[in-house]
Amino acid sequence: METVKELNVDKESLKRLLGSYQRITTGDLIPLLQQIQQVYGYLPPPILFELSKQTRIPISRIYGVATFYEQFYLRPHGRHTIKCCRGTACHVNGGPEISRTIQQLLRVKPGGTTEDMAYTFETVACLGTCFLAPVMMVDQDYYGHLNPDKISQILKSYR
Amino acid sequence: MSNLRIQSTHDLERLRRQLQSQAHQIQTKVYICMTGCRALGALAVAEALREKLAQFGMEKTVQVVETGCIGICAQAPVMVIEPQGFLYGGVKPEDLDEIIPQTLQQGKPIDRLCVKHDGAAVPVLKDIPFYQKQKKLVLENCGRLDPRKIEDAIEKGAYVAAVNGLHHRKPEDIIEQVIAAGLRGRGGAGFSTGVKWDLCRKAPGNEKYVICNADEGDPGAFMDRALLEGDPHRVVEGMIIAAFAIGAHHGFVYVRAEYPIAVDHVNIAIGQAREYGLLGENIAGSGFAFDIVVRMGAGAFVCGEETALIASLEGKRGMPNPRPPYPAQKGYRGKPTNINNVETFANVPLIMQMGAPEYSTIGTEKSKGTKIFALAGKVNNTGLVEVPMGTTLGEIVFEIGGGIPGAKPFKAAQMGGPSGGCIPAQFLEHPIDYDTVEKMGAIMGSGGLIVMDEETCMVDVARYFIDFCQAESCGKCTPCREGTKKLLEILQTICDGKGTEDDLQTLQVLGTYIKRTSLCGLGQTAPNPVLSTLKNFRVEYEEHIRNHKCRAGVCRELLHYQIIDTCTGCGVCKRKCPVDAITGEKKQLHVIDQHLCIKCGLCFDVCKFDAIIR
Repeated sequence: METVKELNVDKESLKRLLGSYQRITTGDLIPLLQQIQQVYGYLPPPILFELSKQTRIPISRIYGVATFYEQFYLRPHGRHTIKCCRGTACHVNGGPEISRTIQQLLRVKPGGTTEDMAYTFETVACLGTCFLAPVMMVDQDYYGHLNPDKISQILKSYR
Repeated sequence: MSNLRIQSTHDLERLRRQLQSQAHQIQTKVYICMTGCRALGALAVAEALREKLAQFGMEKTVQVVETGCIGICAQAPVMVIEPQGFLYGGVKPEDLDEIIPQTLQQGKPIDRLCVKHDGAAVPVLKDIPFYQKQKKLVLENCGRLDPRKIEDAIEKGAYVAAVNGLHHRKPEDIIEQVIAAGLRGRGGAGFSTGVKWDLCRKAPGNEKYVICNADEGDPGAFMDRALLEGDPHRVVEGMIIAAFAIGAHHGFVYVRAEYPIAVDHVNIAIGQAREYGLLGENIAGSGFAFDIVVRMGAGAFVCGEETALIASLEGKRGMPNPRPPYPAQKGYRGKPTNINNVETFANVPLIMQMGAPEYSTIGTEKSKGTKIFALAGKVNNTGLVEVPMGTTLGEIVFEIGGGIPGAKPFKAAQMGGPSGGCIPAQFLEHPIDYDTVEKMGAIMGSGGLIVMDEETCMVDVARYFIDFCQAESCGKCTPCREGTKKLLEILQTICDGKGTEDDLQTLQVLGTYIKRTSLCGLGQTAPNPVLSTLKNFRVEYEEHIRNHKCRAGVCRELLHYQIIDTCTGCGVCKRKCPVDAITGEKKQLHVIDQHLCIKCGLCFDVCKFDAIIR
């Protein structure tokens, strides 16, 4: 079985990314991880090992940062990301029902990805669109004034 | 590009007059909000409008402006038409076929698109009750310009205060002015901004930093999002003035990643400011150098705490550090650093323009100026409001907010997010300022104001906020890490109908200890929602424990949806059920499968025969 280090992942994109920096300091770690995630869709562990090698930032430090922040994923993501808001306004306006409906329809828990890799479902602390509660985002699209009825239709439009 | 550069106060003044005369050439302007209204199709409306105007040959006589938050979010998508000042809500692309001939060509309002009050249409924005008690100073330009065009901002007076200050004033005088104005931090703690700047200025060292905290993590708060997306130059200008006052040459705007549009608009604003010589070396020919870098958060509420934010900027896990030393002495990379909230910076140009004496006539004795609130929850006019400090909660909820939907009674208003508390009805007539809100058992917080009615369970609200704090706790200190976990366990037990009388005592004692011993603001304030609901809504806790009852109908374990024999078998509930949990033949008694039921309550809401009980 391949170890995490040996998995076959394209390292060229990482090299290009690092090339755009003149000097890399530890302060650049989070923007770097954000850029890596943008390119690869997530943070592939072999890439993190390579990043450590190139920047001399210890892998333990990189791992510590990658696992601290909610936005970083260490596993591949679905084609579409559903972000269901769990903010206060959404909470008092039926947000939990929306979340439960999505979980039931897609048979996936928060943070998980559907088996067919179509959707990754996350809940987010707040999308800042509180007056339209309850709200969810699918990729870059916002959906407000939701009720459990509307979910199935919205999700179908992304298939 | 270099001929754009502003090199003096005269350059800026000349440019501003030029832009103002250009702006007057087009009389008819259509402003369409692109902040929250985007979620209800505002982009499609703007696109369709441009297309149709071109078809009518009107593209040169009507200007379409994609703008920031107009405030009356409940009416999204919102459109404002000048010169009449008409405000239309719920605008769809189809409506344009009527808007163009009737309003844009003939200048007449379309009643069905206007906001209604007592059944009558109120076409003009300034007549709408929602706006009457507001005082839009910080939000003055939000909704009146294109935030992606610096020229729009300059035309409205942006950077005048900063450039004048850099050329003609001393840093110490500016600080005195901010102190005299009485500006207090709008992020929630309410510390004197001018005093903070002074401390940073006096700290030894030449390398200093200014940071704008745009992490806006409080769920239910979107004031900073609106400011950054709708009037970013105001915030940039505030930072320039702060940097000059303190003696800093480098700045950061730390924006949460969940706000991609805000990140985009701030980046555009900074890029344009640089082109015009308003950021960078030798700003507007003054000799002062200052530039700003935008950094994104990565999804950690705790990074709204200033020392954790700094750790994040340094590429570390967002874990707070004990204070003292305060960032003003030792902050980013150990250097003196001044961190302020977005709304705090946005107040600075206003104070420079108005002067401290005039600014301090607004507000109360110890809380000057205005406050922006994000009004949400069970209230008719959800949206963004700006009111003078000292406005009462009742005025905000009823006169501005239009009261509770269905005219239901007011139960509570949650202020201050996860760090705040729930204010019950007996405080409705109290003026809101930093000190009075504390006496009511809450905190001003960043501005999130969630209205709650009888369908909100206060125990569930406490549980919700502790759940949030538990998930966001960085884990460094024991009181917060272990304490919030224990509080959550107890609250969950109570919501599940398994709580005991002792639990209430434990919540009180534990909550108090967590407040006293946690390392940072997150832990120190996490128990607030629990303690405030225990104090003001103890009866609900007791009902959960003693009577196994959730009067609001929220706590699922205490709910059980069942169809009784008044069921006529009409099948409406079966069709509505989002998870197909209801089965039954036509005209036969229907049944809810309890394993599938997610207790959303839709069937309960739609049944016309009162055949569903819970």
